[in-house]
Amino acid sequence: MNPRTASPRRTRSGAIVALATFLAALFAALLLPTAAHAAEGDPYTISGNVQLDGEPLEGVALSIDGPGGVQDVETNDEGRWSVKVPEKGVEYTVTLDEQTLPEGIAVVEDTDGDGAPNVTTAEMGQGGRLTVNFFIGEGERNVTSFFDQLLQRLLLGLNFGLMLGLAAVGLSLVFGTTGISNFAHAEMVTFGAVAALFLVGPASLALPVWLGIPVAIVLSALLGLVLDIGIWRPLRRKGVGVVQLMILSIGLSLALRYVFQFFIGGDTQQLPAMVPSVSIPLGGAVSTTLNDLVSMGISIVVIVAFALWLTRSRLGKATRAISDNPSLAAASGIDVDRVVRVVWIISGALAGLAGILYAYYRPGIRWDMGAQILLLVFAAVTLGGLGTAFGALVGSIIIGVLVEASSLWIPADLRYAGALVVLIIILLVRPQGILGRRERIG
Amino acid sequence: MNWSQIFDNTLSSILSPATMGYALAALGLAMHFGYGGLLNMGVAGFMALGAYGYAISILTFGFPWWLAALVGLAAAAVFALILGIPTLRLRGDYLAIATIAAAEVLRLLFLTTTFDAVTGSADGLAGYHGSFRESNPIPDGTYGFGPWAYNETQWWVRIMGILTLAFAALVVWMLTRSPWGRVMKGIREDEDAIRSLGKNVFSYKMQSLVLGGVIMAAGGVVYALPSAVSPGVYVTSLTFFVWTALLLGGAATVFGPLLGSLIFWVIQTFLSNFLPALTKADIIPFMTDVQAGTLRFILVGVALMLLVVFMPQGILGDKKELTFVR
Repeated sequence: MNPRTASPRRTRSGAIVALATFLAALFAALLLPTAAHAAEGDPYTISGNVQLDGEPLEGVALSIDGPGGVQDVETNDEGRWSVKVPEKGVEYTVTLDEQTLPEGIAVVEDTDGDGAPNVTTAEMGQGGRLTVNFFIGEGERNVTSFFDQLLQRLLLGLNFGLMLGLAAVGLSLVFGTTGISNFAHAEMVTFGAVAALFLVGPASLALPVWLGIPVAIVLSALLGLVLDIGIWRPLRRKGVGVVQLMILSIGLSLALRYVFQFFIGGDTQQLPAMVPSVSIPLGGAVSTTLNDLVSMGISIVVIVAFALWLTRSRLGKATRAISDNPSLAAASGIDVDRVVRVVWIISGALAGLAGILYAYYRPGIRWDMGAQILLLVFAAVTLGGLGTAFGALVGSIIIGVLVEASSLWIPADLRYAGALVVLIIILLVRPQGILGRRERIG
Repeated sequence: MNWSQIFDNTLSSILSPATMGYALAALGLAMHFGYGGLLNMGVAGFMALGAYGYAISILTFGFPWWLAALVGLAAAAVFALILGIPTLRLRGDYLAIATIAAAEVLRLLFLTTTFDAVTGSADGLAGYHGSFRESNPIPDGTYGFGPWAYNETQWWVRIMGILTLAFAALVVWMLTRSPWGRVMKGIREDEDAIRSLGKNVFSYKMQSLVLGGVIMAAGGVVYALPSAVSPGVYVTSLTFFVWTALLLGGAATVFGPLLGSLIFWVIQTFLSNFLPALTKADIIPFMTDVQAGTLRFILVGVALMLLVVFMPQGILGDKKELTFVR
């Protein structure tokens, strides 16, 4: 496979920010038609916005070719540019001069697939307005070697996988002890991020990050407790079947998801930076950021602590006993209700932490961010074996690496689809998962 | 507050293609879940196949509308076969996860820019109505009364929707009263018992999955008939809304899905008109219009939770006929 055509030179965070930039620019173009260098008299507008990670880039040169001749334009201090053109319904070619971008920055996504990311050809529609944006990020202007790209992807995938793992072990524990396929787990993930937004977000309490984020995780744990006391325990007492509980969790998921939308709205919001934004080169073209390293460190520490708890502590052993055989565990004097409550608390806390790390990874907080990765978490849990916590962790890392690495071969917007196809194939060949046991599949 | 407009819109939703699309999808789901016990969480995928199959056949291949609709149904049948082979032997919640994942894969395939020329990616597809509207025998003009006054095109869409719905309901009604239907109900209650009677459980489930899937795809076609196909519609929320409609009406009934969809849309339309009107009239001043609009989806979630615990048999269902056996 030729890495040049198969994988655009792009970084994950750059593309996501660029996408957000694109949307912002779309609104900006609609609301604030500030013409930087307008050729007066022509009726139609081509405009765009050049930003990097939310910061406008000033003085980037672009040239626009089409009917009316070549026009050159530079971005203003808000990163915007726009030109007036005489005709609509025809194609214009916009070229961004990469030499005018800051060092180490490039156009990283070839939006129209012509092999030259910094050249975009687009048709001016009948609306008379055209927005052309370039996906800019920390990328190499020269094509990096395939091996370096793969290493970079593996690193990103490991980070993503560890984060998925935090969410997946909780989901898996809950399934193991109660039999619930909890679709509302996605909202427990989102809750962590939303709680963090309310605690450390600049528009609300604005606590320092070191204080606000632990408090958000405590709140997530509380959510797990509240859900257990308010919903799951009464229903357990009532003897409601697991299929009903699954559908109920779907209803809960819908309700919570729209509650989040009710409070934070439909757009993406950012948390203040956890650590300074520093890029760390790791040899060759491979690099990481301090944020990613911190995120991975937190995930690993928490997962190791969790593993020690599960294997060494009395409560952890009781949890595994209930996962194996609830009736036998109850008969041997284990307080199932109490253990299940602890499981919900831990599951909530881990999901909340995963949500916060995911908010930095994406980056940004959206009301449906948890739902976006829920199926990947389910895929991870199924891959590892439903109900086995360590299986879920192994599954998560495989899924995380797979999602990131697969974008070397398949279009980036299909990488989640690749992971879900793997989920379906796993169900075909080994439905009990990697570490699961045969009898669980029923 | 403009009460007459609120009620007009609400009553109008009774005959809306969206209601009929949901009713067909819920009917297909009744086939899967109500009568077969199959936890299909991929309703959105089946509907998307119907809608995209219809639109792409017309726009890309230039098929006449009836052939295009058949392509949509056939696509859903093939999808059901492919999906059923690995998953039908598994326990219920595995089927749920596999179907929801498969539906999401389909959505991502329709959404990706890679196939933009065929699927229109994020913009979806529109402008495929020519052939369907040409076949309209109704002369130009506005017919009907009160909230149900539509022009000839709108009536043609609604008539075809009602005919499809009536035909599908008849098929399901006859099937569930047949020996085939009794075997399906038996599988729902106790798979092993049916197996011990020498029935091929896998084959029966597969037939149910294909048939229900085709009905859902018909729902997708009807949903797409009046306006456009947009990938933003076929998200997992659509699946959950159809489930809510089904459980509301009664999962193991033929008319339950129809009644459930009707109530679902009447309430949704009413709230989507009424709640913003309340905020505009400053009766609930602590909310914005957008928040008031979001409120109704919160209510759907709460309704689904309450239904599944307190009224799992639905409005028309029989409490003795268990719908949640496992």
